Amino acid sequence: MNASYLPSDYLPVLIQLGLALGFIITTMIVTHSIGPKRKSQKKDDPFECGIPVEGDARTPISIKYFLIAILFVLFDVEVIFLYPWAVNFKGLGVTGFIEMVLFMGLLLAGFYYIIRKGVLKWE
Amino acid sequence: MLNLIFYAFAALTLGGSLAVLITRNVMYSAFFLLLSLIGVAALFVLASADLLAVAQVMIYVGGVLVLVIFGVMLTHKPKPETTTGPQAARPNYILTQHRAWLWPLLVAAGLFTAFYSLISRIHFSLFEHRAPFQTSVDTIGKQLMTEYIIPFEIAGILLLAALVGATYLSSQGDRTNNQ
Amino acid sequence: MDLTIFIVKSIIILAVFGISLLIATYSTYVERKVAAFMQDRIGPDRAGPWGLLQPIADAGKMFFKEDFIPAQASKWLFILGPALAMLTALMSSAVIPFGDSIRFDNYDIPVQGIEINIGVLYIFGVVSLGVYGIMVGGWASNNKFSLLGAIRAASQNISYEVALGLSIIAILMMSGSLSVRAIVEQQAEAGFLGWNVFTQPLGFIIFLTCAFAECNRTPFDLPECETELVGGYHTEYSSMKLGFYLFAEYINMFVSSAFISSLYFGGYHYPFMEQISNALTNSLGAVTGHNVATAIGTAAFFGKIFFFIFFFMWVRWTVPRFRYDQLMNLGWKILIPLSVLNIIVSASGLLFNGMKYASWLIVIVATVLAIMSNSRAPKGQVSPQRS
Repeated sequence: MNASYLPSDYLPVLIQLGLALGFIITTMIVTHSIGPKRKSQKKDDPFECGIPVEGDARTPISIKYFLIAILFVLFDVEVIFLYPWAVNFKGLGVTGFIEMVLFMGLLLAGFYYIIRKGVLKWE
Repeated sequence: MLNLIFYAFAALTLGGSLAVLITRNVMYSAFFLLLSLIGVAALFVLASADLLAVAQVMIYVGGVLVLVIFGVMLTHKPKPETTTGPQAARPNYILTQHRAWLWPLLVAAGLFTAFYSLISRIHFSLFEHRAPFQTSVDTIGKQLMTEYIIPFEIAGILLLAALVGATYLSSQGDRTNNQ
Repeated sequence: MDLTIFIVKSIIILAVFGISLLIATYSTYVERKVAAFMQDRIGPDRAGPWGLLQPIADAGKMFFKEDFIPAQASKWLFILGPALAMLTALMSSAVIPFGDSIRFDNYDIPVQGIEINIGVLYIFGVVSLGVYGIMVGGWASNNKFSLLGAIRAASQNISYEVALGLSIIAILMMSGSLSVRAIVEQQAEAGFLGWNVFTQPLGFIIFLTCAFAECNRTPFDLPECETELVGGYHTEYSSMKLGFYLFAEYINMFVSSAFISSLYFGGYHYPFMEQISNALTNSLGAVTGHNVATAIGTAAFFGKIFFFIFFFMWVRWTVPRFRYDQLMNLGWKILIPLSVLNIIVSASGLLFNGMKYASWLIVIVATVLAIMSNSRAPKGQVSPQRS
């Protein structure tokens, strides 16, 4: 397992990107050009189970979703910190483990607080 | 070849950021920000910072930007009569006010000079010789756990504070805006 | 990079690309056949022998349908949504090692799109981009059902991403590398019983659950749950745009099956691989024997992938859909604490004499607790579900 790499190792990613983009764009254009086109006022309205459209679809969402996103960002940062530690786990030994338990303990304390506060309760 | 790729991604980043500034639809600017952030991630790969690139994608693109978009969705759309212009009445437009440009410009210019002077004064010890393309995961892991352990634990405390703050804010919002 | 290697790599990528499209296409057929089998029906049998041409007929139909864009949708984002979903689905297969290596002349090229040191994180990065395809499409449709489905999907995906990331930490501690190939190789060192599914049973269960949630498969298919949200985020879509959304789901299924097989089931390794490959190299020569052994390994890998794709379908027709609060509770209150516990117990086990099997402790304790609580519950009475 060599630790060094070249940026050209990532070149196949670009090939794959190009391949995928080509496939997607071609398909989109083909399907757009060969399908029939029939327009009417009723059909172009948003689907609402057959009844006339009521109000606007851009209603504000519940704050719960926003909170989930905030929590995700915080935990994602924690997880990103865990990867370098896990890779070097054997070299860092007990000291590293204790340090990481301290770090995770801090976040878990916050997690416990969140659960006690009932933030993650959905009704 | 490498230079070409670098310029392509730099152009993507800059173009994305410019589009964020120019478009008046908040949702569109959020999606242009996506382009810009991905461009930055690709630049990180070229700068031999692979972990940073992935962290950029996972945290900023996968997390913070989702948060921003949720935030846009959370905001009340102003009534069509309060915003002016023919576009405001159309369904997909959540427009920015875009009037006060002087102060933002001053702030941006100030920040730019500050960062520029900072960066130009830093002496990068690795600047002279070509950077060895090495995976940064091992080094970051070791340094984080030994040399930079205090900042690391402080980051943990900061995250804890952010958690508590988020909880507090949302419980406030729950009481007033019970959706 | 050498030009020959570059060309071979391109061919491998092209092959992987084609294979993932083919498998995704035929997954739709197999899914219907499996569903039919489970429900004691026949399933598609008209197009071609045993209905084998059914996916092609479906694709043709999709192509010739009207490419409909609602009047109130924001047009470009509406087109971008399915394209992004498909793009992220197609990008993630690059780092998965499909086999050992091909040998010719004096080249030794691994059967893998790209071998990078952070392969696992590459997949996670692409997975975290997967949210956007759904969110862009759902938002752009300007339809209440689509928007609700999109928001549900986004928060479900990000919730389970945390547990997904945490559950593989224990594997990384054992392999000491973020490269998928290194993880596969490390499992083979201790032979058949060294596979991570045996050393990390809890991590495997958590990972599998999260993979289901990330693919929006039943029992986690709330974003498209038709009883509440009509079609979910793709209510307004038609033609190949709808096809892309459905197709992306099957490609994701294929990629996550491949990822599960390589992380937990030894990838392209199979029991008694050493002996077989030695026998082959002895009888067929170093080059041919090695290539044949690689081919067998790749076949074994695809066998594992097919099993997991079947497993995805099996679960779909077995387990009913969760309620949204149950889904969120499972993700945040059960899977995340469990995976943190798994990390701590596995790390302690590894530090204490390098014992790999510490994770079993949690499984045993959990099983005992479950049995105890089950025997204590009154017989013949289902306790009411509380949210």
